[in-house]
Parts: sequence; C-alpha cells; structure tokens
Amino acid sequence: MELTWELVAFLGFAVMTLGSGLMVVTSSNLFHSVLFLMTSLFGVAGLFVLLVAPFLAAIQVLVYIGAIAVLMLFVIMLTRQVMSRPELYNQQMAGALVAAAILFLALLFVLTPLADEIGGDVAQVNAEVIAEADDAPDVDYITVEELGRAFVTRNGFVLPFEVTSILLTAAMIGAIVVAREDEA
Amino acid sequence: MVPLWMYLVVSAGLFSIGAFGVLSRRNAIAILMGVELMLNASNLNLVAFWRYINPGEINGQVFAAFVFVVAAAEAAVGLALIISIYVKRHTVVAEDVNLLKW
Amino acid sequence: MLDVYAPVAPLFILAILVGGIILILSRLMGPSKPHARKVATYESGMRPIGPAVRRLPVQFHRVGMLFILFDIEVIFFIPWALVFRDLGFYGLAVMGVFFYVLLIGLAYEWFAGGLEWEQ
Repeated sequence: MELTWELVAFLGFAVMTLGSGLMVVTSSNLFHSVLFLMTSLFGVAGLFVLLVAPFLAAIQVLVYIGAIAVLMLFVIMLTRQVMSRPELYNQQMAGALVAAAILFLALLFVLTPLADEIGGDVAQVNAEVIAEADDAPDVDYITVEELGRAFVTRNGFVLPFEVTSILLTAAMIGAIVVAREDEA
Repeated sequence: MVPLWMYLVVSAGLFSIGAFGVLSRRNAIAILMGVELMLNASNLNLVAFWRYINPGEINGQVFAAFVFVVAAAEAAVGLALIISIYVKRHTVVAEDVNLLKW
Repeated sequence: MLDVYAPVAPLFILAILVGGIILILSRLMGPSKPHARKVATYESGMRPIGPAVRRLPVQFHRVGMLFILFDIEVIFFIPWALVFRDLGFYGLAVMGVFFYVLLIGLAYEWFAGGLEWEQ
C-alpha cells in the first residue's frame, strides 16, 4: 500500500478521532472532556468526507458539534458542583478497562485480515468480504438530491421520516417536562 | 485507496473507548459522552460499509441520518434527566442515584 | 474524487500552524510576572465579589433543546428543498406532516412557558 494523500488524511483524522476519544474518557475536567469530544466528532466528520459522504459530514458538524456538544456544555455549567468524592472512575474501572480491551481485540479479530491468517470459522466469512473491499467501487455517488428523494418517496423512507418527527417531538416534550425546576 | 478494514478498526477503537467511558466514569454527563462516542463509531461503520460494499444504494446514508436524529433525541432526554436528578438529589454521580436499586 | 478537497488541506495545516505558533510564541516571549492582584479574577478593578464560576440558569437548557429541534429540521429540509419542485404537492404534504408534528413540540414549549426567561 503506497502512501497516498488520502491515506495521510485518513491517518490524521483517525489519530484525531481516537486520541481525542481517549482524552474524553480520561480527562478529569468535564469541560475539557466536552471540548475533546468536539475534536473527536470533527475527526469523524473528516472520515465521512473521505468516505464521500459530505452531507453527513456537514450534519455531523452541525448537529453533533453545533447542538449536542454545546447542550452538554450548558448542562455541565448547569450542574457544576464540587463532587463529594473527587474520583474520576468508579470501582469497576479495572473491569471496564479489561472489558473494553477484550471487546476491541475481538472486533479486531473479526474485522481485519488478521482473521484470515488465524482462521476462525465465523470470522473467515467476514474477513473475506472485508479483505476484498480493498478498493471502493467507482459508481455515481449519492447526491443530496437523491437523499431528499429517498426521504419522501413512498418506496423510500417516508414512514421512518415521519416517525422521526414524532420521536423528536416526544423527546422534546419529555425533556421539557423532566427538566422543570419549579416543582423540585 | 484506504482499505475498508482500516475504517473498521478506527470504528472498533472508538466504540471500545466509548464503552470504557460508559462503564467506568462516575459522572453521568461523562457516561452520556461515552454513549455519543459509541453512536459515532456505529455511524462510521454504517457509512464505511455503505461506501465499500454497496455504494449504489442510498440506505447506508439514510440510516446514518436517522442515527443522528436518534442521538439528538437521546442527548436531549438524557441531559434533561441529569438536570432533574441534580435539582432533586443534588448530585450528578451516577452511582449516587440508587433509590430504586435493590 | 477527493481532489476537490485539496485546497482544504493547506487551510487546515495553516490554521493549526498559526494557532500553535501564536500560543508557543506568547508562551516563550511574553513576560510573566504573576502577582496576587494580577492573577485575581478581573472585576473592573475592584475586589471580586463571589466566585467566577456560577451555575447557569436552566433556561439555557431549554434554548439549547429548541436549537436541537430546529437543527434536525434543517437536516431534513435541505435535501427536501433541493428536489421540492420535482416532488410537487406530494412532497409538500409529506414535509407538512413532518413539520406540523415538530411544531407540536414548539407549541407545547411555548404554552408551557418554556420560552419565558423570567420564571
């Protein structure tokens, strides 16, 4: 595999995503955690661009960084207090670390060409499909127009689309009712 | 061209990091952040598979868009719950909320 | 395919470089003589009253939530608006249902007094 610009960009965004992700779960200041979360999400947006999904990248920046992360900042400032016990992690921290490491290794085993060499039964099939996908097929890419058509056409996703609005409304009203302060 | 498995490894790493955060952090907001990381990892997976295996179909991108919506709803309700718990019990530590715990 | 993004790369590198250089330069060359008065919270020259870190009013959360609602609407509106002419009345009806259901949430917040800043 030669070193192309795409690979360089991919590695940059991957390091950005994973490094900031690590900082999110390890930094002791919650405020810094959210800022690192933004960086991590931005890295994911960059990966979306590399995967030729620019609209999703824009949504990622708009919704995740612009709305969700900012709402988290608000809530952190809303619930700011001195924690009674300053520890960052709970008692199952070691177990969680082991579990996450096992999860990662298991996924690695199933997802990478490594599985082909070690030779698991189930993993083999997956690994063949994944290893063949060395190069993305060049077809016409999905444009935003096509996306818009898919959202509303009857053969497309019109039902999930409408249900989405109900989910959002329910979430909105629920959040307002739950977060009310006066009846505390 | 970057092979597919590299994207999958990044996604798996992000998911594991998020899972670690969810399982080990004490602050409820930090737990929510771990959940967001995991959702992002799954989204990355969806888009990567769409791009490499089935780029002619639109399903991958639409699915990812719906994941965004669900993530927004989840964040709104989760953060409202955290505010409510903070107002009523004056804590944001997940393990202090043990009224219903047996 | 990705060549169209080539001009973005120098922008990225330049932005990171400029930001980093400014931070490093001011750390290296700026004089730093901390003093109790100097590092105190700035409150127009007088003695600071109360902590600088305060609890934010809960109204910000409501505004943030409204923002999420409209943000999600934008996601679906942009692709829809691009094909609006081809879809005709059917597209308008589908989007109308979506829009009015979301409007219920806004109306609820409005009538529940969520938009009032004063309690």
